[in-house]
Amino acid sequence: MLELAMGIMLGLLGLGAGCAMIAGIGPGIGEGNAVAKACEAIGRQPECKSDVTSTMIMGCAIAETTGLYGLIVAILLIFVAPGTFTGILKDAIK
Amino acid sequence: MTEERVPDVRSTRFRMVDYALIAMMILPILACVVLKVLFTPQSEGVAIAGALVFWKNTAELTPMTFYISESQVNTWAVMISIFGLCLYLTHGLTAKAVCKRQLVAEWIVEKSEKLVKDNMGGFFAQWGPFITAIMGLSAFSSLICLVGLFSPTGDVNVTFGWAILVFFLIMYFKFRGGFWKYFIGLFKPIPVFAPMNLIGEFATPVSMAFRHYGNILSGAVIAALIGSALTGLSKSLLGWLPGVFSDMPLLRVGLPAVLSVYFDVFSGVMQAFIFAMLTMLNIAGGVPWEDWNARRVKHNKPALTND
Repeated sequence: MLELAMGIMLGLLGLGAGCAMIAGIGPGIGEGNAVAKACEAIGRQPECKSDVTSTMIMGCAIAETTGLYGLIVAILLIFVAPGTFTGILKDAIK
Repeated sequence: MTEERVPDVRSTRFRMVDYALIAMMILPILACVVLKVLFTPQSEGVAIAGALVFWKNTAELTPMTFYISESQVNTWAVMISIFGLCLYLTHGLTAKAVCKRQLVAEWIVEKSEKLVKDNMGGFFAQWGPFITAIMGLSAFSSLICLVGLFSPTGDVNVTFGWAILVFFLIMYFKFRGGFWKYFIGLFKPIPVFAPMNLIGEFATPVSMAFRHYGNILSGAVIAALIGSALTGLSKSLLGWLPGVFSDMPLLRVGLPAVLSVYFDVFSGVMQAFIFAMLTMLNIAGGVPWEDWNARRVKHNKPALTND
């Protein structure tokens, strides 16, 4: 009984971590758009290259945040959650 | 008008102080490596674990348990190293630069003052040292993983500590316009937005901390995964080699270093810059100049400008 419950729990945690990383799609699209627009801007005004580049890197880093939240949730699910839930499961089944 | 004393750069005393300062830069890092080697438990295969705990307060004297972990010790080492670096760069400072290192020190100071003045305005022009300290500590803490140590910034407690410090600074300057004005400002444009505005205030430090932590941690996790994958691959592919070569993970030579250039060096320095940048923008962007000046005029003080 405990083994079955543990197996189901670990499998679902893995699935949950995978689902959490769907959040990586958004920053990918967003940063791609940002870089494309920055390239256009540099092409139009090559003298602004350094300003545009620093602003773009700044914006990319901020756009990355949502993806990193997903990553942190996934890491918590893989490395931290099993330890917590194993104790709860053992108490519940005993 | 006294004649400026020019230090003799070739004298033994000057050189001895130089060597002492270089030792001050390198020895703390070496000490951390030795500590890590002594405390790391024997284990097989790859381990993705947090910071090692060197010492734990087990006595029942204090209400909560204190830990001295690897991230704290490494942060101290980085702080001593940066202090040594600063002393080394400013050693033998003269009006006529007799040492080449003075040019590096001047370049750092000029760049940081220009960055702060451009992003925060004239009122905050004195904040260069603080911003540079944050940036330097963050960058060197991330780069310390190049010598095989645990990056303190890969620990959420460290980045959260810095973010809370920045949060207090932001709040201090937001309250300059008067606490009541700030409180009313939360209910704008309509009172329904109050919870969202409140969450927005607290989201700033949380997002700053998690952004820095997530970037460094993801680099460390990917490096560990690739290292273990290449070890397994070289065991199955190159296991037929004679003698000790069959046990050596030969495929691990090279590729992890190339990835480390992005994940450790670029990402670490980038995140340090972004953390400092967000600190500047958040602090300077939240100051209520009109309300503050209204209060100052009421108390017969000159009005401030941010030019």
